Amino acid sequence: MDKSSFFNPEFETLDRKQIEALQLERLKATVAHCYNGSAFYKARFDSIGLKPEDIKTLDDLRRVPFTTKQDLRDTYPFGMASVPLDKCVRLHSSSGTTGNPTVILHTQRDLDQWANAVARCLWMVGCRPDDVFQNTSGYGMFTGGLGFQYGAEKLGMLTVPAAAGNTLRQLKFFKDFNTTVVHAIPSYAARLYEVMVEKGIDPRRDLKLRTLVIGAEPHSEDTRRRIEDMLGVKAYNSFGMSEMCGPGVAFECKEQNGMHIWEDYYIVEIVDPDTLEPVPDGEVGELVLTTINREAMPLLRYRTRDLTRILPGDCPCGRHHKRLDRMKGRSDDMIILKGVNIFPIQIETILMQFKELASDYLITLETLEDNDAMTVDVELSDMFIDDYAALQRLEREITRQLHDEILITPKVRLVPKGSLPKSEGKAVRVKDLRKKY
Amino acid sequence: MTTKQLSVFLENKSGSLVKVLDVLKSEGVQIIASTIADTADYGIFRIICSQPEHAYDVLRNAGVAVSLCDVFAIELDDTPGRAADTIGCFAKEGLSIAYLYSFLLEGKGVLIFRTDNIDRATEIISRYGFQFKLL
Repeated sequence: MDKSSFFNPEFETLDRKQIEALQLERLKATVAHCYNGSAFYKARFDSIGLKPEDIKTLDDLRRVPFTTKQDLRDTYPFGMASVPLDKCVRLHSSSGTTGNPTVILHTQRDLDQWANAVARCLWMVGCRPDDVFQNTSGYGMFTGGLGFQYGAEKLGMLTVPAAAGNTLRQLKFFKDFNTTVVHAIPSYAARLYEVMVEKGIDPRRDLKLRTLVIGAEPHSEDTRRRIEDMLGVKAYNSFGMSEMCGPGVAFECKEQNGMHIWEDYYIVEIVDPDTLEPVPDGEVGELVLTTINREAMPLLRYRTRDLTRILPGDCPCGRHHKRLDRMKGRSDDMIILKGVNIFPIQIETILMQFKELASDYLITLETLEDNDAMTVDVELSDMFIDDYAALQRLEREITRQLHDEILITPKVRLVPKGSLPKSEGKAVRVKDLRKKY
Repeated sequence: MTTKQLSVFLENKSGSLVKVLDVLKSEGVQIIASTIADTADYGIFRIICSQPEHAYDVLRNAGVAVSLCDVFAIELDDTPGRAADTIGCFAKEGLSIAYLYSFLLEGKGVLIFRTDNIDRATEIISRYGFQFKLL
């Protein structure tokens, strides 16, 4: 195997036995670190009489209780740290103001390792130091911004931190800086092409784009192929989540057949979301991840709520790190739209503050001209007043408050009371009509 | 001297109008005039009918978003220009009108309009000698 196709050949080319040996070593260290450093994990372990030294094999990991998003919320903001705060240099927090957000802390080592993982992913799909990398993610708390930024720099590319929006400026940068690699969510990639067409730009003729990194938004294989055809690029699927740092958790190689999850960073389990028992490779279940290369805030058996499966078999690329299939959905009601995580309860909390509205609502997600969009149908209460101006003001105010909460502008539609569909007992709150999976 | 008007909030969906009409029909309510104002997403169906209070109750019980409000009904001679004269007077007096519709009834024009300032409208209508129409 040609070493130059790997960013970290010493880790990327490990065989299964070597991976598992490294995982066991790192797991033991992580468990001891959590037990000694985090009051949360110490209490968890003590409550079931588990000691770090009880973890002797990788299978023993199953004796460790799961960690959930609720645990992160309950210990907000710093309760799950395994190191003193003065060792931490950055935090990333989820959006939303209705419930406790989640916070992930990083030491300098964590950030370096994170950047390394992202650089490894980008190298794997052919990025090299002579590439120009333009990132169209929002920066700030959104991990797709800084995560890709530091990874691309670590690899040595010239980086263009264009950040989100301002499509005309993005196109100007593509042209002026000879951008070759772009990170964008799939719907924004389609939007970029739309504007290119409007402006008479032929990406094959006028631009140097070669590689597109897409992720953070569920999309189908068809969508990927369409984006590749439109822009004349190879598009690679990326998987990450802020609880696991952000981007760089799993990434497609050039085979474009499943995303290699870096098993020197994470131990992967796929479990049945109801029984929490492991399912065999190839079967869909909930992804559970244990970080084994993190210092500030390791997470043991974190229930991601993402549904996926391990693709059985070897990958011709020479890496033995397991491959995850596209995410198949969620085992909770979280919505992922344009890379933003949204829980229906956030929307409900806002709507319930309007006395003009009844209690039913319906969130519809659909793909309109390659763009994912959200419509929120809200039922008017009995207090209907025949006044257009007031109804329009109401629509605008609901839209504004929803945007403040979920950072996405939904289309708000007023509907008469009783007109929204109800299922037996429990109301249907989310209808996902997007083209995906 | 106002007239009761029903305003019904309608979803832009086939069947939503007929549901309202069926309720009124089953109660023997007669529609005298109606109009639908629409936006892209919803409409407001405004109705002048017999037994408006009763119609309001039954629509509400049927789960329809409905309100009952006071509008003015003025009778005009069925000759060209009468509407212009009438509205001209309102404009001169600075009376603002939220919406307006008209129809013919027994050879006379009827102008229905809604304003926020009922007292002032009543005063202007009387001063200019317009005829209230009893519906």
